[in-house]
Amino acid sequence: MTDINALFAGFGGQGILFMGKMLAYAGLYGDKQVSWMPSYGPEMRGGTCNCGVCISDEPICSPLVTTPNVFVAMNKPSLEKFINDVEEGGIVILDSTLIDSVVERKDITVYYVPATQLAADNEMSGLANMIIMGKMMAATGVFTLEDMEKTFRKIIPAKKAHLVEKNMEAVKLGAAL
Amino acid sequence: MSDKVLMKGNEALAQAAICAGCRHFFGYPITPQTELAAYMSKTMPKIGGTYLQAESEIAAINMVQGAAAAGVRAMTSSSSPGISLKLEGISYMAGADLPALIINVQRGGPGLGGIQPSQSDYDLATKAPGHGDLHILVFAPSSVQEMVDLVSHAFDSADKYRMPAMILADGLLGQMMEPVVLPEKAKEPSELPKKEWAACGHEGERKHNIVNSLYLQPQELEDVVKARYERYAKIEADEQMCEKYMTEDADFVIVAFGACSRIAKSAINIARKKGIKVGLIRPITLWPFPVDALKEAAKNAKAFLSVEMNMGQMVNDVKLAIECKKPVEFFGHTGGIIPTPAEIVAKIEKMQEEIK
Repeated sequence: MTDINALFAGFGGQGILFMGKMLAYAGLYGDKQVSWMPSYGPEMRGGTCNCGVCISDEPICSPLVTTPNVFVAMNKPSLEKFINDVEEGGIVILDSTLIDSVVERKDITVYYVPATQLAADNEMSGLANMIIMGKMMAATGVFTLEDMEKTFRKIIPAKKAHLVEKNMEAVKLGAAL
Repeated sequence: MSDKVLMKGNEALAQAAICAGCRHFFGYPITPQTELAAYMSKTMPKIGGTYLQAESEIAAINMVQGAAAAGVRAMTSSSSPGISLKLEGISYMAGADLPALIINVQRGGPGLGGIQPSQSDYDLATKAPGHGDLHILVFAPSSVQEMVDLVSHAFDSADKYRMPAMILADGLLGQMMEPVVLPEKAKEPSELPKKEWAACGHEGERKHNIVNSLYLQPQELEDVVKARYERYAKIEADEQMCEKYMTEDADFVIVAFGACSRIAKSAINIARKKGIKVGLIRPITLWPFPVDALKEAAKNAKAFLSVEMNMGQMVNDVKLAIECKKPVEFFGHTGGIIPTPAEIVAKIEKMQEEIK
């Protein structure tokens, strides 16, 4: 498997850190080496938030994602801040409901997913992040829908099992785009 | 074997302490270590332990001192500015031969500094962790798993040598999540070896124990300190720990600990692909410093490079360890900036040019 160095960025409250955790857990349950590193610095105080996830077959040296090959942006400031750091050939997924700009770089693949709008239209309030997650899984091909479901079942406590279905619906919607 | 779980470094430190039989935590919140105290506040009451948020760092370390004098495994955690406040208590514990665990999840300094990762308390921890002639054991984990493993080792070593131990982590290690395997079974305090010296009440059954660091007679104080330094010498001989990575054929040896050593490994992998023979010595104990491994490496290496997240502190210990027999250079950032692998590779390439 090619190493994944993923960066998730957006506002606090959009489930940015959770997306990263999902990816890290999926890696863990897939017997990969993983790391997850959140931003906790001054930028967090400004309301933006990001986290980096590394997945590899080899032990992870630096957990810092300085040149992501997968980049998820859920607001405009995050897109502008990190878009030039994305590795050549990298994959970018952005929430086009919240970001009205078009990426000029031609050496990367950009997917415009109106996730916030889709979540509102499909009674999936608060699950825009999982729609994006589904698209990310499909676009990168790293994990299957089965892997995702298995991961949800492990990390969501049994008494909240109904949330697995909800999250998976959103993931499937994103994956099918 | 227990299952692998994803945990933040800070939380893993807390759970590891509980697994090591620690039931007494005294703290005061500070970024980037707060998750540790938060974890303790949730967990300790459920297992019959004590979690106490003190009115200040100074109060917290003195509570640790009191608990340690009574013979229990006690700990506190903080980050750089808070550690400055704890030094008085650490010195008193060293002077009273009390074991305890202090965790420092370092951030940038001096003063309030910043909240991003740093290693600028290296000298504080290894050279002057309080006033007077003293040392404390200093451990530097570089992964979340190693944070878990070193907590129980630090407690055991502190008890064995009757002295405080510090885990010198940093904001990066404290905040990141990695898979860890926790000990299968948590130790109960009752399973730990008895401390015959502890001042814990005896109902007139034995001669009473005194825990004290005050010796007004100079001769008496000198004798006590000298005896302690004999113990320190034994620790320096027996307790050095380090990891070697690709050092066998290395022309250049990077010395880095904690988070920095991870970045250094990335740099080494890149440099090796370019055909430059670089290796790493990663001190796991910062005091005692792994002098023997460095001396050994100095036989074949052309030069050393100390990489740190400070202005160059450990670099002096590297020079001392190899008795300046080979050139020793420094590369680092401070203030919360983390060196990048590319910067380290560039520095090594420059050193290679100069040596040719």
